[in-house]
Amino acid sequence: MDFLISVILALLKRNPIAKNEANKHAKRGWKRRARAFSFSNTVLIIALLFLFVPLFVIIFYSFNASKGSKFTGISLVWYEELLFKSGRLWMSLLYSAIVALVSAAISTVLGSLAAIGNNWYKFKGRSYIQSVSFLPMVLPEVIMGVSLLIFLSGIHMNLGLGTIIIAHTTFCLPFVYLMVSARVDEFDYSIIEASHDLGANETQTLFKVIIPAIMPGIMSGFMMSVTMSIEDFVITSLVNGNVETLPIYVYNMIRHGVSPVINSLSFVLILLIGGLAVLLRKSLKGFAAGH
Amino acid sequence: MGIWFSLFFVVPLAIIVAYSFMKRDMFGGVIREFTLDAYKQMFSAAYAKIFFRTLWMTLVATAISILIALPCGYAIARSRHQTTLLILVIVPFLTNSLIRIFAWMTILGEDGMLNGICEIFTRLCFFVTQNKDGIFEPHKFMFTKTAVILVSVYMYLPYAILPVFTSVDRFDFTLLEAARDLGATKAGSIFRIMIPGIKSGIISALIFTFIPIFGNYTVPQIIGSTESYMLGNIIMDQIQKARNLPLASAFSVLLTVVSMAAILFMLSSGKKEASLKKMKKE
Repeated sequence: MDFLISVILALLKRNPIAKNEANKHAKRGWKRRARAFSFSNTVLIIALLFLFVPLFVIIFYSFNASKGSKFTGISLVWYEELLFKSGRLWMSLLYSAIVALVSAAISTVLGSLAAIGNNWYKFKGRSYIQSVSFLPMVLPEVIMGVSLLIFLSGIHMNLGLGTIIIAHTTFCLPFVYLMVSARVDEFDYSIIEASHDLGANETQTLFKVIIPAIMPGIMSGFMMSVTMSIEDFVITSLVNGNVETLPIYVYNMIRHGVSPVINSLSFVLILLIGGLAVLLRKSLKGFAAGH
Repeated sequence: MGIWFSLFFVVPLAIIVAYSFMKRDMFGGVIREFTLDAYKQMFSAAYAKIFFRTLWMTLVATAISILIALPCGYAIARSRHQTTLLILVIVPFLTNSLIRIFAWMTILGEDGMLNGICEIFTRLCFFVTQNKDGIFEPHKFMFTKTAVILVSVYMYLPYAILPVFTSVDRFDFTLLEAARDLGATKAGSIFRIMIPGIKSGIISALIFTFIPIFGNYTVPQIIGSTESYMLGNIIMDQIQKARNLPLASAFSVLLTVVSMAAILFMLSSGKKEASLKKMKKE
């Protein structure tokens, strides 16, 4: 998911060159010379099709009447089964929601505080936090999962909901940290001085001045954590014990014979996540408008 | 946060490094005794083969992604609808990764969509050539290395497109005009001015696709077979089935080292570029 961050950061921190008048002109001129179906545009269109094909396939098959991959007619059988005969699925969705909300909440609080503290106070281990928070974003998921599993079984912790939450908090933290840091970086320090001058103490400044000002960053960090937590399979599958979150359930279903219920579930999820994306975009707009 | 991280990230990493040097016991635990057994086992022929297969598949998938990403990033950066196109690139990735892999199963499967299309075409050929005894045999797309590479490219293409887009967007287009004025052809100016100019973006795209594909577990697990297993699958198998923790740890260490080397490579090339720019300014 780190690519999401890179886009957001790219969109927020526009490079000065991009705003340069001569460069704009050059870009436009370059554009005028290009044909509508130049090589690069064609590749882009094909790539976008490539990216969307699986989604269309899922939606198409979710309305299939029969169980196999042959299309036999339009029906809503699988939506019926999804709604009324899939208790285990809804349980797993419930677990996923609990894990996502709790771990996102913990990581948002910890990550925001760390971002604020790291930017304004100098203390030992400051660069340690910065470099360490970079690592989990770039290391393969398997490694984090394996190391957590060995560690957790080493301290004899029972695998279950608790351990999943710990794992998810751990991999969400750096992202929250990054998003809030980007916001804190642009923060005007004189506002804090002003609040001190007006007689606020440290805690009051934190809650009444700093946190409201960086709220958009915190919100997008939270949203991001929720999406990443719902999405994660590899790490969860190592530390889950007997608890089945949604990705684990989907995986088990794929393993034990294909069921078209997954298709209908996917379509419902696509709609849900689309809604969430719209929300995220709104908070991002606030994020962008704030600076 | 520092404490949380030390506890749940740094310490566990340190533990797997330590475990990789220990002996395994009968019950899936470890005996605290220094040995290099796990590493010896890791460098045996069978595992070395898997290592090189992983490396090869990752390199192919990364190369394909970059080759697709370059024109894509360029086209997005130049387009008037940047934001819309970026959202279009991201949207498929908000769906659960397992569900996307499942969709590929339906496409590639024995009676899947791709085979359906192939069937129609072969039938058409039979009809045209008046071949009445021709039988259509479904292709086996699933469970091959090619399928794993294809789906890996699919899964990580945006990781390549976005850094390329960012660097093209920041690229100084007046340089291209200058090159054209000095008599370069369009293709020449792109290849000799633009590509070196966005080198750092290309390198980060390389790293962002290379590392996750290299440590991938789900794609080879579901799409592939034992013939296309990668390092991630070995680690998981050692943990979940064989319960050989030292060997799994040793593989994790290997994976970490390779990933770290890639990251350091990226950082150092970024630094080099920065210092070059500084020199130019002075």
